Amino acid sequence: MKLRDKWIKGAICFCAFFCVAVLIWLILYIVINGIPSLNREFFQSLIPSVASTLAIIGMTLVFSVPIGIMCAIYLTEYAKSSKIVKAISFAVDSLSGIPSILYGLFGMTMFVTVLNFKWSLLSGSLTLAIMILPVIIRVCQESLITVPTEYKEGSFAMGATKLKTLVKIVLPCTSRGIVTAIILSIGRIVGETAAVYLTAGMVNRVPESIMDSGRTLSVHLYMLAKEAISFEQAFGTATVLIVIILIVNTATNLIVREKK
Amino acid sequence: MKRKLTKLFEFSIEKLFLLSAVFCILALGTILIFVFYKGAPVIGKIGFLEFITGTIWQPQAEIFGILPMIVSSVYITLGTMVLAIPIGVLTAVYLSYLAPKKLAVFLRRSIDILASIPSVVYGFFGLMTIVPMIDKYLAKGTGGNGMLAAILILTIMVLPTIISVSETSLRSVSNSYREASLALGATEITTIFKVMVPAAKSGIFSSVILGVGRVLGEAMAVILVSGNAVQMPSSILSRVRTLSANCALEMGYAEGMHNEALYATGVILFGFIILLNILMYIVKTRSERKG
Repeated sequence: MKLRDKWIKGAICFCAFFCVAVLIWLILYIVINGIPSLNREFFQSLIPSVASTLAIIGMTLVFSVPIGIMCAIYLTEYAKSSKIVKAISFAVDSLSGIPSILYGLFGMTMFVTVLNFKWSLLSGSLTLAIMILPVIIRVCQESLITVPTEYKEGSFAMGATKLKTLVKIVLPCTSRGIVTAIILSIGRIVGETAAVYLTAGMVNRVPESIMDSGRTLSVHLYMLAKEAISFEQAFGTATVLIVIILIVNTATNLIVREKK
Repeated sequence: MKRKLTKLFEFSIEKLFLLSAVFCILALGTILIFVFYKGAPVIGKIGFLEFITGTIWQPQAEIFGILPMIVSSVYITLGTMVLAIPIGVLTAVYLSYLAPKKLAVFLRRSIDILASIPSVVYGFFGLMTIVPMIDKYLAKGTGGNGMLAAILILTIMVLPTIISVSETSLRSVSNSYREASLALGATEITTIFKVMVPAAKSGIFSSVILGVGRVLGEAMAVILVSGNAVQMPSSILSRVRTLSANCALEMGYAEGMHNEALYATGVILFGFIILLNILMYIVKTRSERKG
């Protein structure tokens, strides 16, 4: 092997391990600094943001999972003209390319002001629902495509209608894909700051209704760090966020691996 | 009768599916319209050229110029890409051709985790580690918040995007290219850089475009580390504010024309994103035509 090749190979290995090194540094740094502040008092102070986060996750999924699945079904099972498919795919791609801060600005006019939902969990989750739609559509589409045509043909041959085939044959085959989509969406909702900050507000109190404002864990961390309120609490919150992300990641991996 | 009912039911369900698919187009349209509707009038009032070439941002005096933010956004994006493209593409090369199988699985999983860590955690991490380091070694105690800190944090954030999209496109290059090149006596490294990477260049280019979009749009992580002063960057350590940071920073209390000016900042950011989308479309159609 030439000397030059050796150098290049060395550089390539260095880059690959750079990524892992950064990841390990980040996780260790935050968790080691965060563990001391994980006491009872801290968890009690976290209750409002955990409650808001859970509420927003639930509502966002309720709004966007049905639409996402139906859109994916339409694109893979029904659409005949490629023009419609192209237009919709273009829209989905563009939606996934819009930065979250612009979703925030949009949500703030559309839901907070025009529809007068104020800064509320409702405004926040409606905004997020549009934001995560591309994730749900793409993941469901991928899994719908893998359903073997023989299954569908078999069902048609037995006299089942298209809808019946869809509900009884296709959807059960794609349940894994749908679950993956939901888990990925949860990860994105938990991690989102800019869009929620501008639409759900930042009131640090357990929300009583969907019209109440509430701050999610990420917004909570942002406030703690930006206003330099308490770095101990910030480390604690960041640790909680990282643990959630690790759980979400492991869950997705398990589902995908089982499929194979 | 029953048959007719089923048919009607099937028909209406199909239309319902169509409706949810069309919803995506409607959502995209509404987002565009709302942001432009709120932001465009104020650009008209100030004058487009004055708005994007003005260097002074004083909301109290109703002077709105966003050139410093545009310049900072562009510099930060360029700086990030200078670091992230080589690291990202080389990592993708390692994952697709050189890494032992088990190691590749481990690396991919790490990169997945890196991709899903919330941006605000990156910002906080940068604030606690990178900012003090810059302050100590480079800025000599004048404060580490600034362009360099933002570039470093964004580099880490954007790497997963560049790596995974580049890797997909490197893997889709036909293996016969590689075998032919090796058979001609080229070394492994020459094969990778003279044959495989050029063959995957449209995918690598898309990964870069996606990455640029992510960097331009990131607000929260940047706010935490960049210093947020509205000024033309004079050095890599200058405190700066990006376009997206501006939208998020002052939104909480902005009213009247100030509020609209923030939407106008969003309009300019949207302009950049639309340009990137067009670029992406061109790259995609070109590579489809070829192969």
